[in-house]
Amino acid sequence: MTQTSPRRRIRWSTVSDHTILTLGAILMMAPPLLAFISASHDAVTIHREGIQLGFGDQLGTNFRKAMFEKGGFTQTVDGTLMLINSLILGIGFAVGKIIISMMAAYAIVYFRLRFATLAFWMIFTTLLLPLEVRILPSYEAIQRLGLTNTYTGLIVPLIASATGTFFFRQFFMSVPEELAEAARIDGAGPVKFFIDILVPLSRTMIAAIFIIMFVFGWNQYLWPTLITTDESFFTLVRGIKQIVLSYTDAQIPEHGQALALAIIAMLPPVLIVVFFQNWFVKGLTESDK
Amino acid sequence: MKRAGFTTVWLPVALLLPQLMIIAIFFYWPAGWALQSSFYLQDPFGFGSTFVGVDNYTDLTNNGEYMRIAWFTVVYSALVTFFSLSIALLLAVKADNVIRGAKSYRTLLMWVYAIAPPVAGFLGILFFDQRNGPLTVFFQTFGWDFKLGVNYNSTATAMVMVAVWKQIPVNFIFFLSGLQSIPRAVREAAMIDNRSATGRFWQVTFPLLAPTAFFLLIINITYALFDTFGIIDALMKGEPGNNPMTLVYKVYLDGFRGNDLGGSSAQSVILMVLVLLLTVFQFRLIERRIHYT
Repeated sequence: MTQTSPRRRIRWSTVSDHTILTLGAILMMAPPLLAFISASHDAVTIHREGIQLGFGDQLGTNFRKAMFEKGGFTQTVDGTLMLINSLILGIGFAVGKIIISMMAAYAIVYFRLRFATLAFWMIFTTLLLPLEVRILPSYEAIQRLGLTNTYTGLIVPLIASATGTFFFRQFFMSVPEELAEAARIDGAGPVKFFIDILVPLSRTMIAAIFIIMFVFGWNQYLWPTLITTDESFFTLVRGIKQIVLSYTDAQIPEHGQALALAIIAMLPPVLIVVFFQNWFVKGLTESDK
Repeated sequence: MKRAGFTTVWLPVALLLPQLMIIAIFFYWPAGWALQSSFYLQDPFGFGSTFVGVDNYTDLTNNGEYMRIAWFTVVYSALVTFFSLSIALLLAVKADNVIRGAKSYRTLLMWVYAIAPPVAGFLGILFFDQRNGPLTVFFQTFGWDFKLGVNYNSTATAMVMVAVWKQIPVNFIFFLSGLQSIPRAVREAAMIDNRSATGRFWQVTFPLLAPTAFFLLIINITYALFDTFGIIDALMKGEPGNNPMTLVYKVYLDGFRGNDLGGSSAQSVILMVLVLLLTVFQFRLIERRIHYT
């Protein structure tokens, strides 16, 4: 008895561990999954009965309508255009942020510059105030510059925060000193060193940051809501507001399409996070410190 | 700065210029402008503004509605932070325990990170739908007449639940990576000293996780304050009415729908000060963490 009891205790705790984890997984999975299943039904069924537990036969129709039918929600724009806008925002933001912050971090870490510390603190201070806090004045600035309803106005102000710069600074600091010395002895200038040595060395970091920034850019809501009033600039997440309104407004019972569009809005960032989760987790846990 | 720094002058300036310009135009200018206009009263027709000193601030503190929103924000942040941290911690501890399927659990529990807050809010609308939302029906079986968007407490409950759900993955990822960085030797030593798993957790694991938890505390408060905008906006379906809202939502409402520039700017400045305090607090903790480890 004394020999079996610890073994049994361990087994029971394993069972309870798995039970709790399964419940947790269901908690996280169920809402989007049920939304997806419900998207396979026609508008009347969803309107009358709410969320569905089994698949219907309207999945293809709903997704096709959501992607290609103009006027379903916003009168002038279809899901494809919104998807393209979301990609422009996500990729444009991620790439812009990586390029600009790598350049700045390189300048701060690798050059003897009198005002490097000042520049660092000026950039670093931006970490303190998220865009949401200074949303109204930022909007005013964009308006005065005439950048509303442009991709520039959509993307560039979001880049005005130091997360990327700070992250690359930390990484460059951890690169061995000897590397730059050796490069100099071999006659490589700062540009050559940056492009041929430092950038290839940062590949994993760039990938990790790209994933986080892409998801961040893709998921932007408040800023696009303010900056884009012209529907041809709507992103999927920006369009969610229209989806919500059409969903709650019984006059336009386009529930199947609304759900399909919401699924399309989730899919690309979710796929990226799932498929590149090791890079993603690494980037997240190391960049936020 | 590196010892072996390059000495070229024009190159680093050129490299820094894009970042500094963006920051100047889209950060320092707007922030300064907010500070300035918080001391002015804007003419409702946009013809000019008069200097009113701290009137915009005192108006806010005397405003019952603003104080009610501030109070809601505090309660909301506390609830969201507490529940998302505790659920995530529980799941992370269990995910760290199991040997089989650990990777699959991690994937299943973290992918919701990628869902945008307003999309999460939209899912909330489905589940809290007034006629046939599963959670509405669930609450009704307990005799609670749940009405999203109509009843203050119902809407607040939905906002908290969706915000907690959306934040669990981030906390889970950080807790799990914190747990996995605890050295094996420490775990084995604890195993010998303390037979009870619960005792081991509170006496050994939890103190070792404390730095992660403190860091997440700040992250979660910031999240509840700012990133839940989309959730709140979706759940109130564009009709603020007497629905609960956070301070950030109020800034947006007054500035963009109410056209109260001065008041909205004063609110922005109050939030800025709040974030600054949080950040100072955070840096002190990080300093302490470096000393510990």
